[in-house]
Amino acid sequence: MKQPTSIRKRLFYQLAAVAAVLSLAFVLVVRGVASQAAEGTQDDILAASATAIADSLTSEDGEVTLELPYSALSMLGTINEDRVFYRVMVQGETLTGYTDLPVTRSPRRLDTPTFSTEMYRGDEVRVASVLRRVANTATGSEVVVSVAQTRSGLAAISRSITITATGVGLLFFLLATTLSLLAANSALRPLRRMTGAVTRRGPSDLRPVTAEAPKELVPLVDALNSFMGRLRASLSRTEDLISEAAHRVRTPLATVRTQAEVTHRKLNKPEHKKAIRDMIRAIDESSRSAGQILDHAMVTFRADSLALDPLDLIALINETCDRLAPTADLKDIALLRELPDSSVPFNGDGIMLQAALHNILDNAIKYSPEDSDIAVRIASGAELRVSIADQGRGFGGMDLKDLTTRYSRGTNVGDVVGSGLGLTIADEVARAHGGRLELSQSKEGQGACVSLILPYV
Amino acid sequence: MRVTDFALRLIAAVTLWSGAGHAFEVEDRQVYSAMAETSVLRVISTADKAVFEPIITAFQKANPGISIDYTITGTTDLMQAIYEEGAVFDLAISSAMDLQTKLANDGFAQSYLPTNAASLPDWAIWRDQLFAFTQEPAVMVVSNTFFKQGEAPQTRDALIALLRENPDRFRGRIGTYDVRRSGFGYLMATQDSRTSETFWRLMEVMGRLDAQLYCCSGDMIADVASGKLALAYNVLGSYAASEQAKTEGFHIVELTDFVNVMLRTVLIPANAENVKDARVMVDFLTGLRARPDLADKTGLPPVDAGALQNNPALRPIRFGPGLLVFLDQLKESKFLRSWENSILQETP
Repeated sequence: MKQPTSIRKRLFYQLAAVAAVLSLAFVLVVRGVASQAAEGTQDDILAASATAIADSLTSEDGEVTLELPYSALSMLGTINEDRVFYRVMVQGETLTGYTDLPVTRSPRRLDTPTFSTEMYRGDEVRVASVLRRVANTATGSEVVVSVAQTRSGLAAISRSITITATGVGLLFFLLATTLSLLAANSALRPLRRMTGAVTRRGPSDLRPVTAEAPKELVPLVDALNSFMGRLRASLSRTEDLISEAAHRVRTPLATVRTQAEVTHRKLNKPEHKKAIRDMIRAIDESSRSAGQILDHAMVTFRADSLALDPLDLIALINETCDRLAPTADLKDIALLRELPDSSVPFNGDGIMLQAALHNILDNAIKYSPEDSDIAVRIASGAELRVSIADQGRGFGGMDLKDLTTRYSRGTNVGDVVGSGLGLTIADEVARAHGGRLELSQSKEGQGACVSLILPYV
Repeated sequence: MRVTDFALRLIAAVTLWSGAGHAFEVEDRQVYSAMAETSVLRVISTADKAVFEPIITAFQKANPGISIDYTITGTTDLMQAIYEEGAVFDLAISSAMDLQTKLANDGFAQSYLPTNAASLPDWAIWRDQLFAFTQEPAVMVVSNTFFKQGEAPQTRDALIALLRENPDRFRGRIGTYDVRRSGFGYLMATQDSRTSETFWRLMEVMGRLDAQLYCCSGDMIADVASGKLALAYNVLGSYAASEQAKTEGFHIVELTDFVNVMLRTVLIPANAENVKDARVMVDFLTGLRARPDLADKTGLPPVDAGALQNNPALRPIRFGPGLLVFLDQLKESKFLRSWENSILQETP
């Protein structure tokens, strides 16, 4: 699989490449300028030496003669230990010096030195020549003074400059690379911050992103927010649709049930009565499912903006038990309220908590055999634990986690009509309050125990 | 090695041209055989056998396998042997710094960095080819019969004044180098002339007093010691010092205005065959400071920057292309003409 491209890496490599190019340019420029300066210095000294020799040219009895000045050659030895050669030519004839010193560029103009680089005695030499006119005869003689020096000192200077420049360039490169690494990291920090802000969100948090974003990221954030807005609208439309649908179904169902009951009373034939009873039970289940769908939609909606009202859990439990007592009575089920006398204060969404308790208890009643007990207990420790234990068939060893998934049902409940939403609702309520739903075999050894665990906020 | 190639070709050409055999004059030759000879080091030198023998003995003690073939010649002959005749030697030792400089400058020496280079002063090595191992002042030697200890003039000006005031006393009794015959004498004279105008006045005065001209320091010292000469100017200080230990009758005066200090140098010729042993000898010679016993035996003062700092009158002659100036044909002939005009005067 292809690795996703990294902005940081690309930024870093590009900056490093720029630094490398700049470093290289620095090294080349410094080396070029410095060696040019060094060569210029050598040329200057050679020209000065040749000029000093030319200055001491005289004429004696019609002959050109020369009193070679000591400083003319000794000055060449002051900055390095290069070999020195010289040649003085009068009208093309060597007067003194090294007769075989090559002078390829003879100066044409007086007092303008010419320079050339030659090979002499196995070494590269730099030759400076000056032209002088000496009045030894009526016409005068043209004298060319050439001074040459090998270039090993120059090479040494150039070498040391190259080493220094390379060192500085390398240092610059390393520094620039380090800085570009930091720059790449710092440039991407807002992006990381925003990623963090979005990642930390809960699964259903679709509020717009408000984290401060750099200018370049504003369009992305806007797009993301607008997308989330659409998603939220779409979700809420869906929830609305579902609850609307459930409402619309429930109301006619109630009418149909009433009609069915009336009819049931009027009928005499047992087979007809049974058919109507089955119908009524189906209608009950449908109405119950619609209620659960409504609850679920309500829970999902309220979880987005959880209300934290102070309330008494005992009162809440009692209210729920009272409401479901008639249903339990139909099956001769006793609701044992094993509750403390004092109130248990809790901050939470009362409507959601009631929906959760209602669904858990309703489930318990539904799956309990006739003439059995359902115990409702509350325990408070580090967190609150509301348990509802029945004597029913239990969960049949099914993975408890799967049961809280939407529309999933136990494997041993094929004969009982259900939507699979009851525990899902309870679970979502627990999560919205930062708690969890715990499913276990009840203490009595038979039946299921569902515990709603809520932390104190 | 392009330098070497070129030098070898030049040498071959010169050898063909000059024919077989040596045209340079050999004063003496001595072979110091090693007890268990593994190699031979051929040395051409201007240092007398007596002066140099203790060094050879010490060297062979440290390197028992090396035989030394020691050839003694004059400074000019040494130059001629290597520069023009292509004679093959492994080491060239000379007191003529200018000629040695010319050899190195013109490509007749090969480079080597002595192992003790770091402990040597910068001015003791030139181009990694020329290695100074002694520093020898040019001194004045005076006869005890003419001057009591401490009475001899201490500056050139005082010397000139003394000679002018007592022409009869010193006529024919002053000695100096014949710079036409001695490379060392020429070097000292040219350096004197560079340093001070008093040199020409001194030559003028000495010429008027019928100065005696010598080829070598030894003869001058002998004549001063015997009382034949009252004083000798520009004598090699190391010889004078070692003679003083053996001979009575003279003392040494280091002038206080300035004293030229000559550096005795060794180089490895480009065409040397036994370079390995030559390098060992260069290391040995440049490390002479660590052997005060040898300095005592030979009278050769080793290179020592501290000694020069203690006496500001000491002026070591610097290596460099400046030394080539007085080797220039025109310059040399002009200098010699001036010198002859000064010193060779008809006695009135």
